[in-house]
Amino acid sequence: MNLGHSAALVAVMAAVTMLLRFLPFLIFCAGKPIPPYVAYLGEVLPAAIIGMLVVYCLKDTAVAAAPHGAPEALAALCVVGLQAWKRNSLLSILSGTVVYMLLVQVVF
Amino acid sequence: MVTNMSERKTSVLRAAFLRSVPVMAGYVVLGIGFGILLRGAGYGVLWALAMSLLIYAGSMQFVGVSLLSGGASLLTAALTTVTVNARHLFYSISMIGRYQNARYKPYLVFALTDETYSILSDGAAPEGVDPDRYRLLVSAFDHVYWVTGSVLGSLLGSVLPFPTQGIEFSMTALFLASFTEQWLKTRDHVPALTGLLGTLACLLLFGARSFLIPAMLLITLVLTLLRGRRKGAAE
Repeated sequence: MNLGHSAALVAVMAAVTMLLRFLPFLIFCAGKPIPPYVAYLGEVLPAAIIGMLVVYCLKDTAVAAAPHGAPEALAALCVVGLQAWKRNSLLSILSGTVVYMLLVQVVF
Repeated sequence: MVTNMSERKTSVLRAAFLRSVPVMAGYVVLGIGFGILLRGAGYGVLWALAMSLLIYAGSMQFVGVSLLSGGASLLTAALTTVTVNARHLFYSISMIGRYQNARYKPYLVFALTDETYSILSDGAAPEGVDPDRYRLLVSAFDHVYWVTGSVLGSLLGSVLPFPTQGIEFSMTALFLASFTEQWLKTRDHVPALTGLLGTLACLLLFGARSFLIPAMLLITLVLTLLRGRRKGAAE
């Protein structure tokens, strides 16, 4: 293990991550009006990105092998159902997580 | 007057904390996992602290452990970071309008992780609280959870008092709840469906290792092509 090189690796990872997060803000700097196309993207992207993240989180679900993603499906149903019913994110997230943990630890 | 001020501060602190609680379990547990993995690769608690404080991007840090232990070149590290974290460009683009004139903007942008994004991207701060301070506090709470988890993992190793298998679902649950909530709040479900189905199509087409960048391109393309539709609807 080379300490200097390791520190440089961490610095590069941090700098590139920061650059990705700041770049759009540097391009559209303060004071100038935001182009309508970018404003439109700001309006429609959040909903699309959350949809993308849902799929991203479930990407490693083993649908082909038993239990065919049943714990994921049941726990997801619990989150969506509770959220639609009670509109309380904390409640839906905690319940869904507990249901999932019970399913993978005890049931399946 | 003074009590009034401090009451308002307490209420924004309370609102931000409650909003960030769902992230706590996931971040602490994932952070512990990261700390354990990093220690296993021969890097102790100061490395865990520095990486979680400065990089603050979960999946990248897990990949970073193998970059460190494999002694990757700086160029490889830079290119890998671009690939794994390209989605952050996407988050920032969608937050330009909201964060453009926000106070604490540098920190808000630095701390825009997937989870913080999913909490703050709906744009709504609870009624009666200062939105900039609320966003600052939510971002900072999440950052603290992540750093705390990483340090704990590095220090405690695999000694955990209860079986945690499956707790990583809290992240999925967080995104599912955000998805459901925004679905119920809006009438136009085309963006949400574009994100969900577009990503699913790319997952089936490109496989679990490399679908994210095609998915981002496809989503942007579809929403760009559909722009006229919304304009027409608004007029």
